[in-house]
Amino acid sequence: MISNPNMDIDNLELETRNLKPPTARLARVDARGLDYRELNRRVDELLASGAGEIEIRGVHGQRYIASRVRRPVSFRIHGTPGNDLAAFSDGVRLEVFGDAQDGVGNTMNSGEIIIHGRAGDIVGMGMRGGRIFIRDEVGYRTAIHMKEYGEQRPVIVIGVMGQDFLGEYMAGGVVVILNLPPRNPKSFSRPPAFIGTGIHGGKIFFRGKLEPYQTGKEVGFDRPDEKEMEFLSGIIRDYSNYFGLNLAQVVPDDFIKLYPKHLRPYGRLYAY
Amino acid sequence: MKNLRSLNNPYRDDKVFEGCAIFALLNQAGRNVSGEPVFRAISNMRNRGNGLGGGFAVYGIYPEYAEHYALQVMFDDPLAREEVESYLKGRFEVADEEEVPTRKTQAVIHPPQVFRYFLKPRAGWMDDVTEDERVIRAVMDINIGIKDAFVFSSGKNMGVFKGVGHPETIAEYFRLDEYRGYLWTAHSRFPTNSRAWWGGAHPFSILDWTVIHNGEISSYGINRRYLEMHGYACTLETDTEVLAYIVDLLARRQRLPMSLVTKIMAPPLWEEIERMKEPERSELIKLRQIYSSLLVNGPFACVIAHHGEMIGLNDRIRLRPMTAGIGGENLYISSEEASIRLVCPELDEFWSPQGGDPIVGRVKPESPEIFEPARPEVSDEDRAGLKAGGRV
Repeated sequence: MISNPNMDIDNLELETRNLKPPTARLARVDARGLDYRELNRRVDELLASGAGEIEIRGVHGQRYIASRVRRPVSFRIHGTPGNDLAAFSDGVRLEVFGDAQDGVGNTMNSGEIIIHGRAGDIVGMGMRGGRIFIRDEVGYRTAIHMKEYGEQRPVIVIGVMGQDFLGEYMAGGVVVILNLPPRNPKSFSRPPAFIGTGIHGGKIFFRGKLEPYQTGKEVGFDRPDEKEMEFLSGIIRDYSNYFGLNLAQVVPDDFIKLYPKHLRPYGRLYAY
Repeated sequence: MKNLRSLNNPYRDDKVFEGCAIFALLNQAGRNVSGEPVFRAISNMRNRGNGLGGGFAVYGIYPEYAEHYALQVMFDDPLAREEVESYLKGRFEVADEEEVPTRKTQAVIHPPQVFRYFLKPRAGWMDDVTEDERVIRAVMDINIGIKDAFVFSSGKNMGVFKGVGHPETIAEYFRLDEYRGYLWTAHSRFPTNSRAWWGGAHPFSILDWTVIHNGEISSYGINRRYLEMHGYACTLETDTEVLAYIVDLLARRQRLPMSLVTKIMAPPLWEEIERMKEPERSELIKLRQIYSSLLVNGPFACVIAHHGEMIGLNDRIRLRPMTAGIGGENLYISSEEASIRLVCPELDEFWSPQGGDPIVGRVKPESPEIFEPARPEVSDEDRAGLKAGGRV
């Protein structure tokens, strides 16, 4: 039984009911003036009735949109969705036409999130699978404690740059930073620092150069190997396609790889 | 069987999330505007507060008494009012006084009386110090010495309106829809470390300085003790209070520019200072050494305002959210981007500053409605006098 207190009782019952399988049916919701609970209740009703594609317009900060949805459905969100967008989601494909706030893809398990704008802090916190593409910049602590296991390998792609503490305590998965020209330059009055502080799993690919002080002391530097170059080519291609951009100048050769030097950086600190 | 628990608590909100919400609007042309977008924006972040504190600071609302200090005082007991009025009348010329108009609002329970007094210090009372210092003395005397009376605000041509309730409720109660100001700050409270009471709601203020704040000030004890040495008594039971006094001490009394004040409150980390070039490096080391007791530690996002200027500031590793946008003449600061876009969908500029990097908004100096221009950058003379300053 899920015990997240944000989920209302009706939602929990949805889980156990015999749901209609998702169809190609498109459903529309106007979010203007709706409380987040009311909005998410309507979305759940649509999901239960078999909607395979949900378009939500006029979103103004409502939280938990597409959170805990575990079906292969697609969302198109216009406006500014609130915190914990698609948290705990599993198999959703979600596009935001606008900026997103904090906690995008929190503990997401699979699926894909595409943001035609920026996102706030802790993108992909504790993420366990799936992909997040963000066209512009992201806030603090992206991919904090992101993890991987077996086939489950989350990927976060950032078009511009992340603010400080990107990849903090990162335990798995991949973050790619394309370092394109900033859209909101005032968000970067100084170069980002503390990248990969406490990292003990996963990789960060960064296009361009980093000064040693910009990363945590647990970070090692290397060049991507051939297989990783291939992976980066695919990422660049997908990013260009998703956002309709021509990125001829971005090539895998320009990336450096950041990796954890130790799998248990604090082993001697906390374990006896 | 029906789950009885779900009837009483249909959303199962037995764990509560979040901190506070802050929102601020500055009309950079100095034009007085309605607070309607501010009410909408702050209530859009209703989930961040819990109805145990809401408040507003508004600048430019009393042009007819622009040269008088507007003292807005809360009374939990009518006797306290008599005591305050006899205190004030002995020391100030009171040009006007009235109860702050309110409207019956269902969600407001047991409100205290709030009165406002427009006044100037009398000749013969503490003539050796500035009028500002005399007003601060009166505020401290009332807050410490008179039971059940607390000063909400004490600046010229501005006022603080606050209480226990969601901010939109407080706005309705104090009829803020009837006011127009060029600078509005708004706060929705989620008290975590201290009780909810009318005086404990944000903004906190002294003279025309006001502060709204989301977070916790872990350095409260250190800050408080230092401020007490400079004559500021912390009586409102909330950590945020120290922010208002820190800014008054540094910016008004010691005449430091806001660029230095923000570097004292949220200085760069030592390792960052080590990498800096001279003379910036030595200056920052000096600041951190001289003002180590005014470093504000812990997670915070706050908006500091006074006439002509509004500053948004985060802790150095941004443990609380803060975003800013400029649309037309208005600068907005908000805990959440959605609230800015709700009231101004087409922004010319948007950003979310790195920790310790202040958002600075100023009214253009040529603005006609501002009676006190933004503070000039500090002169060499002031800098030299800095060491001597700081005592009452």
